Amino acid sequence: MTRTAAGSTVSATEGHERRSIRYHSLRALYRKEMADHVTSKRFIIILILVIAMTIASVYGAVTGIKSAIMNAAEDKNAAFDASYMFLKLFTTGGSSIPSYMSLIALVGPFIGLILGFDSINAEKNNGTLNRLVSQPIYRDSIIIGKFLASSTLIAVMVMSTGIAVGCAGFLASGIQPSGEEIVRVLIYLLYTIIYICFWLAMAMLFSVFTRHAATSALASIALWLFFAIFMSLLAGILANAAYPVNTEYEQAVNALNNYNLKLNLNRISPYYLYSEASSVLMNPATRAINAVSYEQLVGALSSYLPLGQSLLLVWPHLVGLLALSFAAFTISYIGFMRQEVRGT
Amino acid sequence: MTDTMIIRTEDLTKAYGTKTAVNHLSLEIRRGEIFGLLGPNGAGKTTTILMLLGLTEPTQGKALIDGYDCTRQSMQVKRITGYMPDNVGFYSDMTGRENLRFTARLNGIPEKEIDPLIDRLIGKVGMTYAADQKTGTYSKGMRQRLGIADVLIKDPAVIIMDEPTAGLDPEGMREFLSLIKQLSVEDGKTILVSSHQLYQIQQICDRVGIFVGGSLIACGGIGELGSQIAAQGHYTLEISTEPCDDRFLGFLGELDGISGISKEGSTFVISSSKDLRSDITRFLGTHEYKLLHMHQKGGDLDEIYRVYFEEAEKEGDEDHDKNGSRKHRFSHRGT
Repeated sequence: MTRTAAGSTVSATEGHERRSIRYHSLRALYRKEMADHVTSKRFIIILILVIAMTIASVYGAVTGIKSAIMNAAEDKNAAFDASYMFLKLFTTGGSSIPSYMSLIALVGPFIGLILGFDSINAEKNNGTLNRLVSQPIYRDSIIIGKFLASSTLIAVMVMSTGIAVGCAGFLASGIQPSGEEIVRVLIYLLYTIIYICFWLAMAMLFSVFTRHAATSALASIALWLFFAIFMSLLAGILANAAYPVNTEYEQAVNALNNYNLKLNLNRISPYYLYSEASSVLMNPATRAINAVSYEQLVGALSSYLPLGQSLLLVWPHLVGLLALSFAAFTISYIGFMRQEVRGT
Repeated sequence: MTDTMIIRTEDLTKAYGTKTAVNHLSLEIRRGEIFGLLGPNGAGKTTTILMLLGLTEPTQGKALIDGYDCTRQSMQVKRITGYMPDNVGFYSDMTGRENLRFTARLNGIPEKEIDPLIDRLIGKVGMTYAADQKTGTYSKGMRQRLGIADVLIKDPAVIIMDEPTAGLDPEGMREFLSLIKQLSVEDGKTILVSSHQLYQIQQICDRVGIFVGGSLIACGGIGELGSQIAAQGHYTLEISTEPCDDRFLGFLGELDGISGISKEGSTFVISSSKDLRSDITRFLGTHEYKLLHMHQKGGDLDEIYRVYFEEAEKEGDEDHDKNGSRKHRFSHRGT
């Protein structure tokens, strides 16, 4: 009896100790990673990229909206829709400048890749990883600490640019945001953070499994290109092969199936998921994202979608993006835990 | 629990696929000694060390450090064991001091104790002058010394160093070895050093283990191993004389127990099964040769290592012959 009691107290203190080890080693790693990122040259590159992007998109949006208003004022026939003006700061581009939304969809993945592509293999090559794993820390703390530090940086960056665009746009144009618009922007930024974290996880995955940082950088860029460009082509080809729409008859029979298959294939891509979700969130006029039949449209009011309904539309996208990020992180986590760390 | 054996491995085996990197290793290392794990590259030294630190799982057997199982209780093991890897690396954008501070934090040392501790340790390894330089600018020797400070931060009972002397210049080597010796004598640390540089390690080790092809083929003090070899009848004599002519060579050839004579420059290297020194000096004296140099090898580690290594290779060759792969052996020898 006494023996078991003693045994349980020992395990209790051990458990407590274990938690405290995990806590302080994770914190030490997190601090070090943050300091590393913030003082690194690549962070300056990211910063310049992000600041240029923010300034350009605000300028583009303000001039774009201004010219739209001018046009509407000149031409009585052209109706100008003044609702959700604040969101237009994010979605409108100037004559040659893309909108904030399309810029961040382009630049965002690169931020994730830059922060993650050499996180593990560089440490391996510098011989710091085997010094690190011989310290009394759990090995998963290493990869979790790195992921948390980089994702914190991503969150801070996305939130601050989003808020900067909102504030600068407000000051420059005088457009007042409504409460709903602010919530929509914040949710949109949250999606953006998760989307960029997916690319961070992907880059870390490659950094676990490749020896050289250059290989993992190229591999992650290749994957990004595939999802951004080739995935939609591939989806089209596959859908046409499965449900041909060449003749009028085939069109009548297969059109819906063809469209649905293409859409579902596209939705495997995080790029597509993210762009669909952001267009629904930032453009309340988007009422549906799937094929809609004429019967379904009968009696529908042609109005904006309330926030709750928009969220219902993009809820699966959030789950999908999170699942993809978790899958990438889990694979790299397991790979890292099973790897033998040797000196080079 | 104060066991005199602080590191103990029992039947430790690691196989990668069909290749056995470490083969039924049973090793005991005493508290406070410097133990040299010697062997050629690829002998399984690093794998053994990784298993001791719980960084790789043994296929069979177990390893204990201070009573803790290295695989299951690796956290406790890592707390009392300092590891200096082969080619130790630091974060090159951080100064030496910052690197050490990071290690201290990982070990959960309270913030206010960190700076005095680091100051003391970098003083001990003689790195105070470069503590605030980025480690990217460090030379190999400086990195190595910072590596020792890094290992000492957690105040370990056991220090494991993997090839610590590789790539050091002679002066750096001498300083480094005296530092290791100091750690053992003054601080009572148990130190396990792996190396293929036999001669240097011999100067500081209390005991050595010779490791070839995954197996420990000899283990003991240097003197012990030397007398073991002598008992087996392995002598090697280096001798150079003036004149160095065929008559002398002829005499040598007629001596009993000679197993081989080779000439390296102006020096004869004679392998024999008994001590020939008295015979040879008598001959030289009566025939008015001038003795320039005579050195009985054996007892030094190079010799010990050569003999054991040859034996292990011979056994390996016999295995090969059974499998009929003689050809492979010759091509291997040729390189």
